[in-house]
Amino acid sequence: MKEKCFIRGIGVVSAQGIWRSDFFDEAVEITVSKAYAEQPSYKELIAPNMIRRMSKGIKMGIYAAQQALDEAGVSELDAVITGTGLGCLEDSEKFLKNVLDNDEEFLTPTSFIQSTHNTVGAQIALRLGCKAYNFTYVNGAVSFESALLDSLEQLQGGDAHSILVGGIDEISGHTFTLKQLIGEVKADDVQETIRTSNSAGVNYGEGATFFTLSHVSSVDSYAEVVDVCVQNRLDKEELADFVDRFLDVNKLDRSVISALVLGNSGDITYDHYFEELGKLFEDRVQLYYKHLYGHSDIASAFGMATAAYVLKEQSIPENIVWKAGKQIPLTYVLLYNQYKGRDHSLVLLKRS
Amino acid sequence: MSRGVGITGMGIVSAIGLSVEENLLALSQSRCGISRIDNFDTRHRDNVLVGEIKLSNRDLEDRIGLTKGHSLTRTGMLGILAARQALQQAELDLKDTSIRTGLISSTSVGGMDVTEKYFYAYMQDVELQHYIRSHDAGVSTQQIADDLGLRGAVTTISTACSSAANAIMLGARLIKSGRLDRVIVGGTDALSKFTLNGFNTLMILSDTYCRPFDQHRKGLNLGEAAAYLVLESEELIAKEEKTVLARVVGYGNANDAFHQTASSENGEGAFLAMQKAFAVGGIEPRQIDYINVHGTATPNNDLSEGRALLRAFGEKVPIFSSTKSFTGHTLAAAAAIEAVYSVLAIQEGMVFPNLHFETAMEEFDLIPQVDVLHKEIDYVLSNSFGFGGNCSTLILGR
Repeated sequence: MKEKCFIRGIGVVSAQGIWRSDFFDEAVEITVSKAYAEQPSYKELIAPNMIRRMSKGIKMGIYAAQQALDEAGVSELDAVITGTGLGCLEDSEKFLKNVLDNDEEFLTPTSFIQSTHNTVGAQIALRLGCKAYNFTYVNGAVSFESALLDSLEQLQGGDAHSILVGGIDEISGHTFTLKQLIGEVKADDVQETIRTSNSAGVNYGEGATFFTLSHVSSVDSYAEVVDVCVQNRLDKEELADFVDRFLDVNKLDRSVISALVLGNSGDITYDHYFEELGKLFEDRVQLYYKHLYGHSDIASAFGMATAAYVLKEQSIPENIVWKAGKQIPLTYVLLYNQYKGRDHSLVLLKRS
Repeated sequence: MSRGVGITGMGIVSAIGLSVEENLLALSQSRCGISRIDNFDTRHRDNVLVGEIKLSNRDLEDRIGLTKGHSLTRTGMLGILAARQALQQAELDLKDTSIRTGLISSTSVGGMDVTEKYFYAYMQDVELQHYIRSHDAGVSTQQIADDLGLRGAVTTISTACSSAANAIMLGARLIKSGRLDRVIVGGTDALSKFTLNGFNTLMILSDTYCRPFDQHRKGLNLGEAAAYLVLESEELIAKEEKTVLARVVGYGNANDAFHQTASSENGEGAFLAMQKAFAVGGIEPRQIDYINVHGTATPNNDLSEGRALLRAFGEKVPIFSSTKSFTGHTLAAAAAIEAVYSVLAIQEGMVFPNLHFETAMEEFDLIPQVDVLHKEIDYVLSNSFGFGGNCSTLILGR
């Protein structure tokens, strides 16, 4: 008998600020190519000398993690699992520049120490004194979904009762100049929204999104995570089969899905994948979220927060509707994401 | 007690050889692969020794059969060479899509070897820009999957120097839970100026051959390598009548939660990881015949790991050695190459030596195996620890 997996707490640091009850009411659509996160005050959580030394990725991660734990009222964890596409970019870049600019001389270790991809997960564990399982996934657009899959396996298998899982990515100078150079991120002078986009590349958004997952539900649970799957490559023609197989494994079919949450990024060369998926659920409401969070490898974690919110509230904020659909009770929500036609993922949430 | 998940193929490239056979030969002849850096210029050349694979990037391109304009980094190329071998030994047919196949790789530097060469040059040289994407850690895994023609669940783990142990652990779990039928697991990391200078600022690089568990150890030799293992489900192995090389019997991961880079004095994380691995495998410590220790030869690691071994095994610590004295510390790939060595130890009935050891550490009475030893081996325990307090243990069995 499989155990279950419930979302008990959410924490976010994003371009829209932190996770809060009126998050979506106050959210403003992103129109810039690099959306920096609105940084909260860290002084209640982190010692002043550490605040100075830590990159914003580490700080955002610590903050969002604590928010997710506080909301769930959980302190004992069986695992801390993170995902990040680019890792601790600020520190990596800083150390690399020092190596190159000073010809391998006069280097100090701090930025190197904080440059490894698992730094955020490690710092969360260190702060909580948590000796449990600790993994970090770094696989592009399925970095978070890989972390979620790991969490689900442990909770369903009965190996864990409470897990902290999340995703973090930060913007850093030169790397983003390079990303703009090859058209992955829109140019600085392009001011498009996802809906009005007429160009390749994305509006990138940094931030952190964390969840406290538990094998038991409570009255305050957001939703149940039913299943997740990742797939490195998929032709558009294979999407229907991909979705149907996923639903079939869970003994469900397309008819049970009440809403879709899609990862539309405004990259006109690849957003047709989302359109194609939408066609499979023609009359159902389609939601999106990267216009509020920005695109990043782990933006889909915020997508899951969005889906969880909708399921819990049983209402859909107007500003996240991509395409309206028939009004039905929200029971199952299906999330789909991909990046540049690679790293596809499906996540299925259910009302708890 | 479960029998564990079967290993049906493996591949490896390291400083002591470009195949499983070459690695075994070097190990059984006590032939160390540590040398000066030849593949890139660094001002530290005369001050450090490394476990470098003596093939230039051009050589690697030729071996793989790449044409100009490819965007593979050294990390990706090493990975492809090792993964192809593993696939070949396991005789995997990836065209059969009814068999759910995954790839779980690991890396710590990703495409840093290319980024550090062209970081500024990218701005002027359009010809180089196709490499920009290859920086991200996950891209090396995508490239390996594409080379193999693998479509399925593909992901990457990066937990510094324990990464590949975690990839192997996850792979075994996904087979056990029935999510995958077979999975290629392992890791790849190329030497880079970035990591060389990073470890240098921490003052844990040795200017001589590294001497794990020696009183006078001075630090580690960095290395580069890639290794992959093919894990398959019981049903598939039975159906295809495959030879099982060894099994992943136990695994455990824990966090030391002590310091971002240093290990705790009593080796708490390492101890917990070993305890978990015993529990998962249903194995008693006394059943372990050989320990392939993490043994980086830094003062901190070997002391902390030694104390953890004493806690986990009591006064009866099994025969142990650090094969990093052959290969250097290959970071995210380390646990994968050491898993290959652990399988070889079981297959060949051989304990590989801990080279360059002379003097026992004063803190405890733990003496590594210094010569090749022939004995029957049923269970090997392999430790891997990394920055961020990440501690992992694998138990491989016959």
